[in-house]
Amino acid sequence: MRAFRYHRPADVAEAVALLDADPEAAYLGGGTNLVDLMKLGVQRPGLLVDVTGLPLDTVEPGPDGGLRIGATVRNSDLAAHPLVRRDYPVLARALLDAASGQLRNMATTAGNLLQRTRCAYFQDTAKACNKREPGTGCAALHGQNRELAILGWSERCVATHPSDLAVALVALDAVVEVREPGGPRDVPLAELHRTPGDHPERETTLPRGALITAVRVPPLPFARRSTYLKVRDRAAFAFAVGSVAAALDLDGDVVRDVRLAYGAVAHQPWRAYRAEELLRGRPFTAELAAQAADAELAAARPLRHNGFKVPLIRNITVRALTGLAGSVRP
Amino acid sequence: MRGGRESGKPADDQWSSRLALTVNGVGHDLTLDNRTTLLDALRERLGLTGSKKGCDHGQCGSCTVLLDGRRVKSCLVLAVTLDGREVITVEGLAGRRLYPLQAAFVAHDAFQCGYCTPGQICSARGMLDEVSRDWPSAVTADLTAPVELTDAEVRERMSGNLCRCAAYPNIVTAIRAAASSR
Ligand SMILES: Cc1cc2nc3c(=O)[nH]c(=O)nc-3n(C[C@H](O)[C@H](O)[C@H](O)COP(=O)(O)OP(=O)(O)OC[C@H]3O[C@@H](n4cnc5c(N)ncnc54)[C@H](O)[C@@H]3O)c2cc1C
Ligand code: SF4
Ligand code: FES
Ligand code: FES
Repeated sequence: MRAFRYHRPADVAEAVALLDADPEAAYLGGGTNLVDLMKLGVQRPGLLVDVTGLPLDTVEPGPDGGLRIGATVRNSDLAAHPLVRRDYPVLARALLDAASGQLRNMATTAGNLLQRTRCAYFQDTAKACNKREPGTGCAALHGQNRELAILGWSERCVATHPSDLAVALVALDAVVEVREPGGPRDVPLAELHRTPGDHPERETTLPRGALITAVRVPPLPFARRSTYLKVRDRAAFAFAVGSVAAALDLDGDVVRDVRLAYGAVAHQPWRAYRAEELLRGRPFTAELAAQAADAELAAARPLRHNGFKVPLIRNITVRALTGLAGSVRP
Repeated sequence: MRGGRESGKPADDQWSSRLALTVNGVGHDLTLDNRTTLLDALRERLGLTGSKKGCDHGQCGSCTVLLDGRRVKSCLVLAVTLDGREVITVEGLAGRRLYPLQAAFVAHDAFQCGYCTPGQICSARGMLDEVSRDWPSAVTADLTAPVELTDAEVRERMSGNLCRCAAYPNIVTAIRAAASSR
Protein backbone atom coordinates (compact mmCIF):
# COMPACT_ATOMS: atom_id res chain seq x y z
CA MET A 1 0.00 0.00 0.00
CA ARG A 2 1.19 3.47 -0.80
CA ALA A 3 2.01 5.60 2.25
CA PHE A 4 -0.48 8.36 2.99
CA ARG A 5 -1.06 11.30 5.29
CA TYR A 6 -4.13 11.33 7.50
CA HIS A 7 -6.27 14.22 8.60
CA ARG A 8 -9.40 14.62 10.66
CA PRO A 9 -11.05 17.89 9.56
CA ALA A 10 -12.78 20.10 12.13
CA ASP A 11 -15.76 20.82 9.91
CA VAL A 12 -17.28 20.31 6.47
CA ALA A 13 -15.61 23.41 5.02
CA GLU A 14 -12.16 22.21 6.05
CA ALA A 15 -12.82 18.74 4.61
CA VAL A 16 -13.83 20.17 1.24
CA ALA A 17 -10.89 22.60 1.20
CA LEU A 18 -8.45 19.74 1.88
CA LEU A 19 -9.78 17.71 -1.04
CA ASP A 20 -9.86 20.75 -3.28
CA ALA A 21 -6.21 21.55 -2.51
CA ASP A 22 -4.79 18.05 -3.04
CA PRO A 23 -5.60 16.02 -6.16
CA GLU A 24 -4.34 12.88 -4.40
CA ALA A 25 -6.63 13.25 -1.38
CA ALA A 26 -9.66 11.05 -0.71
CA TYR A 27 -12.44 11.06 1.86
CA LEU A 28 -12.47 8.15 4.29
CA GLY A 29 -15.80 6.89 5.62
CA GLY A 30 -15.99 3.46 7.22
CA GLY A 31 -13.13 2.38 4.97
CA THR A 32 -14.75 -0.96 4.12
CA ASN A 33 -14.34 -0.29 0.40
CA LEU A 34 -11.52 2.24 0.23
CA VAL A 35 -9.11 0.43 2.58
CA ASP A 36 -9.81 -2.82 0.73
CA LEU A 37 -8.99 -1.18 -2.62
CA MET A 38 -5.89 0.50 -1.19
CA LYS A 39 -4.60 -2.91 -0.10
CA LEU A 40 -5.16 -4.14 -3.66
CA GLY A 41 -3.35 -1.12 -5.11
CA VAL A 42 -6.48 -0.12 -7.03
CA GLN A 43 -6.80 3.16 -5.16
CA ARG A 44 -3.65 5.03 -4.10
CA PRO A 45 -4.56 8.20 -2.21
CA GLY A 46 -1.75 10.30 -0.73
CA LEU A 47 -3.99 11.88 1.91
CA LEU A 48 -7.00 10.47 3.73
CA VAL A 49 -9.51 12.98 5.03
CA ASP A 50 -11.50 11.12 7.67
CA VAL A 51 -15.08 12.40 7.63
CA THR A 52 -16.44 10.09 10.34
CA GLY A 53 -15.83 12.68 13.07
CA LEU A 54 -17.95 15.32 11.33
CA PRO A 55 -21.39 16.01 12.81
CA LEU A 56 -23.18 14.21 9.96
CA ASP A 57 -24.26 11.15 11.91
CA THR A 58 -27.94 11.64 12.69
CA VAL A 59 -31.22 10.49 11.13
CA GLU A 60 -33.82 13.23 11.40
CA PRO A 61 -37.49 13.14 10.46
CA GLY A 62 -38.31 15.79 7.85
CA PRO A 63 -40.84 18.55 8.66
CA ASP A 64 -43.46 17.00 6.33
CA GLY A 65 -42.55 13.35 6.90
CA GLY A 66 -39.61 11.87 5.11
CA LEU A 67 -36.10 11.51 6.47
CA ARG A 68 -32.80 13.30 6.39
CA ILE A 69 -30.00 10.76 6.75
CA GLY A 70 -26.56 12.07 7.67
CA ALA A 71 -23.70 11.01 5.40
CA THR A 72 -21.80 9.21 8.16
CA VAL A 73 -24.75 7.33 9.69
CA ARG A 74 -23.66 3.69 9.81
CA ASN A 75 -25.68 1.24 7.72
CA SER A 76 -26.61 -0.77 10.85
CA ASP A 77 -27.95 2.28 12.70
CA LEU A 78 -29.99 3.30 9.68
CA ALA A 79 -31.49 -0.18 9.29
CA ALA A 80 -32.38 -0.23 13.00
CA HIS A 81 -33.94 3.22 13.03
CA PRO A 82 -37.62 3.01 14.06
CA LEU A 83 -38.83 5.36 11.30
CA VAL A 84 -36.94 3.44 8.62
CA ARG A 85 -38.38 0.15 9.85
CA ARG A 86 -41.92 1.48 10.02
CA ASP A 87 -42.13 3.86 7.04
CA TYR A 88 -39.56 2.55 4.57
CA PRO A 89 -39.26 -1.26 4.81
CA VAL A 90 -37.60 -1.28 1.37
CA LEU A 91 -34.75 0.73 2.86
CA ALA A 92 -34.37 -1.43 5.96
CA ARG A 93 -34.52 -4.61 3.87
CA ALA A 94 -31.94 -3.41 1.34
CA LEU A 95 -29.55 -2.51 4.16
CA LEU A 96 -30.08 -5.76 6.04
CA ASP A 97 -29.58 -7.81 2.87
CA ALA A 98 -26.15 -6.22 2.36
CA ALA A 99 -22.71 -7.29 3.59
CA SER A 100 -22.52 -8.59 7.19
CA GLY A 101 -23.33 -7.35 10.69
CA GLN A 102 -19.74 -6.25 11.29
CA LEU A 103 -19.49 -4.41 7.95
CA ARG A 104 -22.82 -2.67 8.45
CA ASN A 105 -21.52 -1.37 11.79
CA MET A 106 -18.65 0.24 9.86
CA ALA A 107 -20.12 1.28 6.50
CA THR A 108 -21.53 4.82 6.14
CA THR A 109 -24.43 6.09 4.02
CA ALA A 110 -22.24 8.16 1.69
CA GLY A 111 -19.50 5.53 1.44
CA ASN A 112 -22.10 2.95 0.48
CA LEU A 113 -23.44 5.09 -2.38
CA LEU A 114 -19.91 5.79 -3.65
CA GLN A 115 -18.48 2.29 -3.29
CA ARG A 116 -16.74 1.04 -6.42
CA THR A 117 -17.79 -1.81 -8.68
CA ARG A 118 -17.03 -5.40 -7.67
CA CYS A 119 -15.95 -6.23 -11.26
CA ALA A 120 -13.10 -8.69 -10.63
CA TYR A 121 -10.97 -7.17 -13.40
CA PHE A 122 -11.28 -3.73 -11.84
CA GLN A 123 -9.93 -5.18 -8.59
CA ASP A 124 -6.99 -6.90 -10.29
CA THR A 125 -4.28 -4.41 -11.27
CA ALA A 126 -2.77 -6.96 -13.69
CA LYS A 127 -5.89 -6.81 -15.91
CA ALA A 128 -6.98 -4.31 -18.55
CA CYS A 129 -9.64 -2.01 -17.17
CA ASN A 130 -10.80 1.31 -18.58
CA LYS A 131 -12.31 2.30 -15.27
CA ARG A 132 -9.06 1.82 -13.34
CA GLU A 133 -6.73 2.91 -16.14
CA PRO A 134 -8.52 4.72 -18.96
CA GLY A 135 -7.60 3.51 -22.43
CA THR A 136 -6.32 0.06 -21.42
CA GLY A 137 -9.45 -1.80 -22.56
CA CYS A 138 -12.14 -3.78 -20.78
CA ALA A 139 -11.17 -7.32 -19.82
CA ALA A 140 -14.74 -8.08 -18.79
CA LEU A 141 -16.42 -7.32 -22.11
CA HIS A 142 -15.31 -10.69 -23.53
CA GLY A 143 -14.20 -12.22 -20.24
CA GLN A 144 -16.13 -13.61 -17.30
CA ASN A 145 -19.08 -11.27 -17.17
CA ARG A 146 -21.80 -13.26 -15.45
CA GLU A 147 -22.16 -10.71 -12.62
CA LEU A 148 -22.04 -7.65 -14.85
CA ALA A 149 -24.44 -5.35 -16.68
CA ILE A 150 -27.36 -6.03 -18.99
CA LEU A 151 -28.57 -2.42 -19.25
CA GLY A 152 -26.90 0.86 -20.13
CA TRP A 153 -23.37 -0.48 -20.63
CA SER A 154 -20.87 0.62 -23.25
CA GLU A 155 -18.09 -1.17 -25.12
CA ARG A 156 -15.73 0.61 -22.72
CA CYS A 157 -17.20 -0.80 -19.51
CA VAL A 158 -19.85 -3.33 -18.51
CA ALA A 159 -19.52 -2.96 -14.75
CA THR A 160 -22.42 -2.82 -12.30
CA HIS A 161 -22.89 -0.67 -9.24
CA PRO A 162 -22.89 -3.03 -6.26
CA SER A 163 -24.87 -1.10 -3.64
CA ASP A 164 -28.20 -2.45 -2.39
CA LEU A 165 -28.96 0.73 -0.45
CA ALA A 166 -28.71 2.85 -3.61
CA VAL A 167 -31.39 0.75 -5.31
CA ALA A 168 -33.87 1.34 -2.49
CA LEU A 169 -33.01 5.04 -2.33
CA VAL A 170 -33.40 5.60 -6.06
CA ALA A 171 -36.83 3.97 -5.93
CA LEU A 172 -37.74 6.42 -3.15
CA ASP A 173 -36.66 9.51 -5.16
CA ALA A 174 -33.91 10.31 -2.66
CA VAL A 175 -31.91 13.50 -3.01
CA VAL A 176 -28.23 13.71 -2.13
CA GLU A 177 -27.03 16.84 -0.32
CA VAL A 178 -23.54 17.70 -1.49
CA ARG A 179 -20.99 20.29 -0.43
CA GLU A 180 -18.79 21.31 -3.32
CA PRO A 181 -15.88 23.74 -3.30
CA GLY A 182 -18.34 26.28 -4.76
CA GLY A 183 -21.04 25.70 -2.15
CA PRO A 184 -23.91 23.33 -1.32
CA ARG A 185 -26.02 21.60 -3.98
CA ASP A 186 -28.80 19.04 -4.16
CA VAL A 187 -28.40 16.11 -6.56
CA PRO A 188 -31.27 13.67 -7.16
CA LEU A 189 -29.85 10.21 -6.51
CA ALA A 190 -31.12 9.15 -9.95
CA GLU A 191 -28.62 11.64 -11.40
CA LEU A 192 -25.68 10.84 -9.10
CA HIS A 193 -24.24 7.85 -10.96
CA ARG A 194 -23.32 8.08 -14.66
CA THR A 195 -23.71 5.53 -17.41
CA PRO A 196 -20.17 4.46 -18.38
CA GLY A 197 -20.22 5.76 -21.98
CA ASP A 198 -16.74 6.72 -23.13
CA HIS A 199 -15.59 7.57 -19.61
CA PRO A 200 -16.14 4.71 -17.17
CA GLU A 201 -13.49 6.27 -14.91
CA ARG A 202 -16.02 9.04 -14.17
CA GLU A 203 -18.57 7.29 -12.04
CA THR A 204 -20.62 10.14 -10.69
CA THR A 205 -21.76 13.58 -11.77
CA LEU A 206 -20.05 15.11 -8.73
CA PRO A 207 -17.04 17.35 -9.25
CA ARG A 208 -13.77 16.34 -7.57
CA GLY A 209 -13.73 17.21 -3.90
CA ALA A 210 -17.51 17.09 -3.49
CA LEU A 211 -18.51 15.87 -0.04
CA ILE A 212 -21.84 14.14 0.46
CA THR A 213 -23.30 15.54 3.67
CA ALA A 214 -26.75 13.92 3.77
CA VAL A 215 -29.39 12.00 1.84
CA ARG A 216 -32.99 13.20 1.94
CA VAL A 217 -35.81 10.73 1.48
CA PRO A 218 -39.08 12.49 0.63
CA PRO A 219 -42.31 11.45 2.33
CA LEU A 220 -44.02 8.56 0.52
CA PRO A 221 -46.84 7.18 2.66
CA PHE A 222 -47.36 4.10 0.49
CA ALA A 223 -43.71 3.10 1.01
CA ARG A 224 -44.98 1.40 4.16
CA ARG A 225 -45.91 -1.30 1.65
CA SER A 226 -42.53 -1.72 0.07
CA THR A 227 -39.90 -4.39 -0.13
CA TYR A 228 -36.50 -5.38 -1.46
CA LEU A 229 -35.84 -8.73 -3.11
CA LYS A 230 -32.24 -9.71 -3.66
CA VAL A 231 -31.01 -12.80 -5.50
CA ARG A 232 -27.48 -13.94 -4.76
CA ASP A 233 -25.36 -17.04 -5.15
CA ARG A 234 -25.73 -18.01 -1.48
CA ALA A 235 -28.42 -17.23 1.06
CA ALA A 236 -26.42 -14.61 2.96
CA PHE A 237 -23.37 -12.33 2.84
CA ALA A 238 -23.04 -11.98 -0.92
CA PHE A 239 -23.48 -9.23 -3.46
CA ALA A 240 -26.62 -9.23 -5.58
CA VAL A 241 -26.81 -11.10 -8.87
CA GLY A 242 -30.01 -9.16 -9.39
CA SER A 243 -32.34 -7.26 -7.10
CA VAL A 244 -35.53 -5.25 -7.10
CA ALA A 245 -36.81 -2.47 -4.85
CA ALA A 246 -40.57 -2.04 -5.02
CA ALA A 247 -43.36 -0.02 -3.43
CA LEU A 248 -46.99 -0.37 -4.45
CA ASP A 249 -50.10 1.73 -3.87
CA LEU A 250 -53.38 0.07 -4.83
CA ASP A 251 -56.81 1.65 -5.04
CA GLY A 252 -58.95 -1.45 -4.92
CA ASP A 253 -57.36 -3.49 -7.68
CA VAL A 254 -56.00 -0.54 -9.59
CA VAL A 255 -52.38 0.59 -9.33
CA ARG A 256 -52.59 4.15 -8.05
CA ASP A 257 -48.81 4.50 -7.84
CA VAL A 258 -45.72 2.35 -7.87
CA ARG A 259 -41.94 2.59 -7.46
CA LEU A 260 -39.56 0.08 -9.04
CA ALA A 261 -35.78 -0.04 -9.26
CA TYR A 262 -33.28 -2.75 -10.16
CA GLY A 263 -29.86 -3.56 -8.77
CA ALA A 264 -26.85 -5.38 -10.21
CA VAL A 265 -27.98 -4.74 -13.79
CA ALA A 266 -26.23 -1.50 -14.69
CA HIS A 267 -23.50 1.01 -13.88
CA GLN A 268 -26.03 2.79 -11.67
CA PRO A 269 -29.04 1.80 -9.58
CA TRP A 270 -31.66 1.38 -12.32
CA ARG A 271 -34.97 3.12 -11.82
CA ALA A 272 -37.57 1.28 -13.91
CA TYR A 273 -39.57 4.31 -15.09
CA ARG A 274 -40.96 2.53 -18.13
CA ALA A 275 -42.30 -0.35 -16.06
CA GLU A 276 -43.82 2.06 -13.53
CA GLU A 277 -45.59 3.94 -16.33
CA LEU A 278 -47.09 0.77 -17.69
CA LEU A 279 -48.38 -0.28 -14.27
CA ARG A 280 -49.99 3.00 -13.22
CA GLY A 281 -53.75 3.24 -13.62
CA ARG A 282 -54.24 -0.42 -14.56
CA PRO A 283 -55.81 -3.26 -12.55
CA PHE A 284 -52.95 -5.15 -10.94
CA THR A 285 -52.29 -8.73 -12.02
CA ALA A 286 -49.16 -10.87 -12.07
CA GLU A 287 -49.38 -10.77 -15.89
CA LEU A 288 -49.35 -6.99 -15.84
CA ALA A 289 -46.28 -7.03 -13.58
CA ALA A 290 -44.52 -9.36 -16.02
CA GLN A 291 -45.45 -7.14 -18.97
CA ALA A 292 -44.14 -4.10 -17.15
CA ALA A 293 -40.82 -5.82 -16.43
CA ASP A 294 -40.62 -6.92 -20.07
CA ALA A 295 -41.16 -3.35 -21.21
CA GLU A 296 -38.30 -2.18 -19.02
CA LEU A 297 -36.07 -5.05 -20.09
CA ALA A 298 -36.74 -4.58 -23.79
CA ALA A 299 -33.61 -2.43 -23.82
CA ALA A 300 -31.49 -5.14 -22.16
CA ARG A 301 -28.37 -6.29 -23.99
CA PRO A 302 -27.08 -9.28 -22.05
CA LEU A 303 -23.39 -10.20 -22.22
CA ARG A 304 -22.14 -13.69 -22.99
CA HIS A 305 -22.56 -15.05 -19.45
CA ASN A 306 -25.46 -13.10 -18.00
CA GLY A 307 -28.47 -13.68 -20.24
CA PHE A 308 -30.14 -15.32 -17.23
CA LYS A 309 -30.45 -11.91 -15.57
CA VAL A 310 -33.27 -10.90 -17.93
CA PRO A 311 -35.77 -13.57 -16.81
CA LEU A 312 -34.41 -13.30 -13.27
CA ILE A 313 -35.26 -9.60 -13.03
CA ARG A 314 -38.63 -10.24 -14.66
CA ASN A 315 -39.43 -13.00 -12.15
CA ILE A 316 -38.43 -11.05 -9.05
CA THR A 317 -40.42 -8.06 -10.29
CA VAL A 318 -43.51 -10.26 -10.39
CA ARG A 319 -42.71 -11.82 -7.02
CA ALA A 320 -42.10 -8.50 -5.29
CA LEU A 321 -45.20 -6.81 -6.69
CA THR A 322 -47.59 -9.72 -6.21
CA GLY A 323 -46.29 -10.04 -2.64
CA LEU A 324 -47.02 -6.38 -1.98
CA ALA A 325 -50.42 -6.60 -3.70
CA GLY A 326 -51.33 -9.64 -1.60
CA SER A 327 -50.40 -7.91 1.63
CA VAL A 328 -52.90 -5.11 1.04
CA ARG A 329 -55.84 -7.16 -0.18
CA PRO A 330 -58.55 -8.15 2.32
CA MET B 1 -0.44 8.57 -9.17
CA ARG B 2 2.46 6.18 -9.51
CA GLY B 3 5.73 6.71 -7.73
CA GLY B 4 4.52 6.98 -4.13
CA ARG B 5 6.32 5.33 -1.25
CA GLU B 6 5.51 1.66 -1.42
CA SER B 7 7.08 0.12 1.64
CA GLY B 8 9.33 0.68 4.60
CA LYS B 9 8.94 3.43 7.11
CA PRO B 10 8.97 6.80 5.39
CA ALA B 11 11.43 9.28 6.85
CA ASP B 12 8.91 12.10 7.07
CA ASP B 13 6.73 11.46 10.08
CA GLN B 14 3.59 12.87 8.46
CA TRP B 15 3.22 9.27 7.23
CA SER B 16 2.72 7.98 10.75
CA SER B 17 0.59 9.05 13.70
CA ARG B 18 0.48 8.89 17.44
CA LEU B 19 -2.64 7.63 19.11
CA ALA B 20 -4.07 6.56 22.45
CA LEU B 21 -5.89 3.25 22.24
CA THR B 22 -7.49 1.27 25.04
CA VAL B 23 -7.39 -2.47 24.45
CA ASN B 24 -9.06 -4.83 26.90
CA GLY B 25 -9.05 -2.07 29.51
CA VAL B 26 -5.35 -1.25 29.15
CA GLY B 27 -4.30 2.11 27.72
CA HIS B 28 -1.62 2.19 25.03
CA ASP B 29 0.24 5.13 23.54
CA LEU B 30 1.23 4.08 20.04
CA THR B 31 3.05 5.59 17.09
CA LEU B 32 2.01 3.75 13.96
CA ASP B 33 2.52 4.00 10.22
CA ASN B 34 -0.82 5.32 8.94
CA ARG B 35 -1.21 2.18 6.87
CA THR B 36 -1.43 -0.07 9.94
CA THR B 37 -4.79 -1.78 10.32
CA LEU B 38 -6.25 -2.37 13.75
CA LEU B 39 -5.70 -6.09 13.19
CA ASP B 40 -1.98 -5.63 12.51
CA ALA B 41 -1.63 -3.23 15.45
CA LEU B 42 -3.19 -5.82 17.76
CA ARG B 43 -1.17 -8.75 16.46
CA GLU B 44 2.18 -7.21 15.54
CA ARG B 45 2.52 -4.34 18.02
CA LEU B 46 0.54 -5.41 21.06
CA GLY B 47 1.20 -9.15 20.81
CA LEU B 48 -2.53 -9.92 20.95
CA THR B 49 -2.64 -12.76 18.43
CA GLY B 50 -6.08 -14.01 19.37
CA SER B 51 -7.68 -12.01 16.54
CA LYS B 52 -6.86 -13.86 13.34
CA LYS B 53 -6.07 -12.76 9.80
CA GLY B 54 -8.01 -14.98 7.43
CA CYS B 55 -8.57 -12.92 4.28
CA ASP B 56 -7.51 -9.34 5.19
CA HIS B 57 -10.39 -8.09 2.98
CA GLY B 58 -13.48 -8.09 5.17
CA GLN B 59 -14.74 -11.39 3.83
CA CYS B 60 -14.18 -14.00 6.56
CA GLY B 61 -14.76 -12.44 9.98
CA SER B 62 -11.83 -14.10 11.76
CA CYS B 63 -10.49 -10.65 12.72
CA THR B 64 -13.73 -9.54 14.41
CA VAL B 65 -13.29 -7.42 17.55
CA LEU B 66 -15.52 -5.04 19.51
CA LEU B 67 -14.94 -1.35 18.89
CA ASP B 68 -16.66 0.81 21.51
CA GLY B 69 -18.85 -2.24 22.09
CA ARG B 70 -19.80 -2.88 18.46
CA ARG B 71 -18.51 -5.74 16.35
CA VAL B 72 -16.28 -4.73 13.43
CA LYS B 73 -13.78 -6.37 11.09
CA SER B 74 -10.41 -5.13 12.31
CA CYS B 75 -8.64 -5.85 9.01
CA LEU B 76 -10.51 -2.96 7.33
CA VAL B 77 -10.15 -0.48 10.20
CA LEU B 78 -7.13 1.82 10.02
CA ALA B 79 -5.66 2.12 13.51
CA VAL B 80 -4.92 5.81 12.91
CA THR B 81 -8.69 6.48 12.97
CA LEU B 82 -9.03 5.15 16.53
CA ASP B 83 -7.43 7.78 18.78
CA GLY B 84 -9.27 7.68 22.10
CA ARG B 85 -11.34 4.62 21.23
CA GLU B 86 -11.82 1.35 23.08
CA VAL B 87 -11.26 -2.14 21.69
CA ILE B 88 -12.09 -5.51 23.18
CA THR B 89 -10.53 -8.62 21.69
CA VAL B 90 -11.07 -12.28 22.50
CA GLU B 91 -8.28 -12.00 25.08
CA GLY B 92 -10.37 -9.44 26.98
CA LEU B 93 -13.55 -11.48 27.36
CA ALA B 94 -12.75 -13.96 30.13
CA GLY B 95 -12.46 -12.94 33.77
CA ARG B 96 -11.33 -15.55 36.26
CA ARG B 97 -13.66 -17.92 34.44
CA LEU B 98 -14.33 -18.34 30.76
CA TYR B 99 -16.77 -15.89 29.20
CA PRO B 100 -20.16 -17.67 28.79
CA LEU B 101 -19.84 -17.78 24.99
CA GLN B 102 -16.37 -19.32 25.33
CA ALA B 103 -17.67 -21.92 27.78
CA ALA B 104 -20.58 -22.69 25.44
CA PHE B 105 -18.23 -23.16 22.47
CA VAL B 106 -16.23 -25.66 24.55
CA ALA B 107 -19.32 -27.43 25.89
CA HIS B 108 -20.92 -27.78 22.46
CA ASP B 109 -17.77 -28.60 20.51
CA ALA B 110 -18.27 -25.55 18.28
CA PHE B 111 -14.93 -25.74 16.48
CA GLN B 112 -12.37 -28.04 14.95
CA CYS B 113 -9.13 -26.18 14.14
CA GLY B 114 -10.23 -23.13 16.13
CA TYR B 115 -8.89 -20.54 13.70
CA CYS B 116 -12.22 -18.81 13.20
CA THR B 117 -13.26 -19.16 16.84
CA PRO B 118 -12.02 -15.86 18.34
CA GLY B 119 -13.81 -14.00 15.56
CA GLN B 120 -16.94 -16.13 15.99
CA ILE B 121 -17.02 -15.42 19.71
CA CYS B 122 -16.43 -11.67 19.43
CA SER B 123 -18.98 -11.50 16.64
CA ALA B 124 -21.52 -13.48 18.67
CA ARG B 125 -21.09 -11.12 21.61
CA GLY B 126 -21.72 -8.09 19.40
CA MET B 127 -24.59 -9.89 17.69
CA LEU B 128 -26.34 -10.74 20.99
CA ASP B 129 -26.15 -7.07 21.99
CA GLU B 130 -27.79 -6.17 18.68
CA VAL B 131 -30.53 -8.70 19.37
CA SER B 132 -31.08 -7.33 22.87
CA ARG B 133 -31.70 -3.94 21.22
CA ASP B 134 -34.21 -5.65 18.88
CA TRP B 135 -32.30 -4.82 15.72
CA PRO B 136 -34.00 -6.74 12.90
CA SER B 137 -32.08 -8.94 10.45
CA ALA B 138 -32.68 -10.00 6.85
CA VAL B 139 -34.70 -13.01 8.05
CA THR B 140 -36.82 -11.12 10.59
CA ALA B 141 -40.39 -11.32 9.23
CA ASP B 142 -41.77 -8.29 11.08
CA LEU B 143 -39.30 -5.41 11.07
CA THR B 144 -40.96 -3.68 14.00
CA ALA B 145 -41.53 -6.64 16.34
CA PRO B 146 -39.20 -7.85 19.11
CA VAL B 147 -36.58 -10.29 17.84
CA GLU B 148 -36.83 -13.97 18.65
CA LEU B 149 -33.44 -15.66 18.39
CA THR B 150 -34.20 -18.70 16.23
CA ASP B 151 -31.61 -20.87 14.44
CA ALA B 152 -32.36 -18.97 11.23
CA GLU B 153 -31.71 -15.65 12.99
CA VAL B 154 -28.39 -16.88 14.40
CA ARG B 155 -27.27 -18.16 10.99
CA GLU B 156 -28.14 -14.95 9.19
CA ARG B 157 -26.64 -12.70 11.87
CA MET B 158 -23.43 -14.75 11.99
CA SER B 159 -23.10 -14.96 8.19
CA GLY B 160 -20.12 -12.58 8.25
CA ASN B 161 -18.07 -15.27 10.02
CA LEU B 162 -16.89 -18.15 7.88
CA CYS B 163 -15.66 -21.48 9.24
CA ARG B 164 -13.50 -23.57 6.93
CA CYS B 165 -14.06 -26.58 9.20
CA ALA B 166 -17.81 -26.08 8.80
CA ALA B 167 -18.50 -26.30 12.52
CA TYR B 168 -21.62 -24.22 11.81
CA PRO B 169 -24.27 -26.50 13.38
CA ASN B 170 -22.48 -26.56 16.74
CA ILE B 171 -21.67 -22.85 16.55
CA VAL B 172 -25.41 -22.14 16.26
CA THR B 173 -26.12 -24.46 19.20
CA ALA B 174 -23.40 -22.89 21.35
CA ILE B 175 -24.58 -19.35 20.66
CA ARG B 176 -28.19 -20.19 21.42
CA ALA B 177 -27.14 -21.92 24.64
CA ALA B 178 -25.09 -18.91 25.73
CA ALA B 179 -27.93 -16.56 24.76
CA SER B 180 -30.52 -18.43 26.78
CA SER B 181 -28.31 -18.40 29.87
CA ARG B 182 -27.74 -14.64 29.56
C1 LIG C 1 -17.03 -8.64 2.07
C2 LIG C 1 -17.93 -7.49 1.70
C3 LIG C 1 -19.24 -7.74 1.33
C4 LIG C 1 -20.09 -6.70 0.99
N1 LIG C 1 -21.37 -6.96 0.60
C5 LIG C 1 -22.19 -5.94 0.22
C6 LIG C 1 -23.51 -6.17 -0.24
O1 LIG C 1 -23.98 -7.30 -0.28
N2 LIG C 1 -24.26 -5.11 -0.62
C7 LIG C 1 -23.78 -3.83 -0.57
O2 LIG C 1 -24.51 -2.90 -0.91
N3 LIG C 1 -22.53 -3.58 -0.17
C8 LIG C 1 -21.73 -4.61 0.23
N4 LIG C 1 -20.45 -4.35 0.62
C9 LIG C 1 -19.91 -3.01 0.42
C10 LIG C 1 -20.11 -2.11 1.60
O3 LIG C 1 -21.48 -1.87 1.77
C11 LIG C 1 -19.37 -0.83 1.26
O4 LIG C 1 -17.99 -1.12 1.27
C12 LIG C 1 -19.68 0.26 2.25
O5 LIG C 1 -21.03 0.60 2.24
C13 LIG C 1 -18.84 1.49 1.94
O6 LIG C 1 -19.04 2.44 2.98
P1 LIG C 1 -17.80 3.01 3.79
O7 LIG C 1 -18.30 4.08 4.69
O8 LIG C 1 -17.01 1.94 4.41
O9 LIG C 1 -17.00 3.68 2.57
P2 LIG C 1 -15.45 3.96 2.35
O10 LIG C 1 -14.76 2.71 2.01
O11 LIG C 1 -14.91 4.76 3.48
O12 LIG C 1 -15.55 4.91 1.08
C14 LIG C 1 -16.05 4.47 -0.16
C15 LIG C 1 -15.90 5.62 -1.17
O13 LIG C 1 -16.74 6.72 -0.82
C16 LIG C 1 -15.98 7.91 -0.64
N5 LIG C 1 -16.63 8.64 0.45
C17 LIG C 1 -16.87 8.19 1.72
N6 LIG C 1 -17.61 9.10 2.39
C18 LIG C 1 -17.83 10.14 1.55
C19 LIG C 1 -18.55 11.38 1.67
N7 LIG C 1 -19.20 11.74 2.80
N8 LIG C 1 -18.59 12.21 0.59
C20 LIG C 1 -17.95 11.87 -0.56
N9 LIG C 1 -17.26 10.72 -0.73
C21 LIG C 1 -17.21 9.86 0.31
C22 LIG C 1 -14.57 7.45 -0.36
O14 LIG C 1 -13.62 8.40 -0.74
C23 LIG C 1 -14.50 6.19 -1.21
O15 LIG C 1 -14.23 6.52 -2.54
C24 LIG C 1 -19.60 -5.37 1.01
C25 LIG C 1 -18.29 -5.12 1.39
C26 LIG C 1 -17.45 -6.16 1.74
C27 LIG C 1 -16.04 -5.86 2.14
S1 SF4 D 1 -16.32 -3.80 -16.85
FE1 SF4 D 1 -15.56 -1.76 -16.32
S2 SF4 D 1 -14.62 -2.14 -14.35
FE2 SF4 D 1 -14.77 -4.16 -15.32
S3 SF4 D 1 -12.87 -4.46 -16.51
FE3 SF4 D 1 -14.34 -3.50 -17.90
S4 SF4 D 1 -13.83 -1.33 -17.69
FE4 SF4 D 1 -12.98 -2.31 -15.89
S1 FES E 1 -9.31 -11.10 8.10
FE1 FES E 1 -10.74 -9.53 8.42
S2 FES E 1 -12.55 -10.35 7.56
FE2 FES E 1 -11.04 -11.83 7.01
S1 FES F 1 -13.03 -24.22 13.45
FE1 FES F 1 -11.64 -24.33 11.80
S2 FES F 1 -12.21 -22.58 10.66
FE2 FES F 1 -13.78 -22.69 12.11
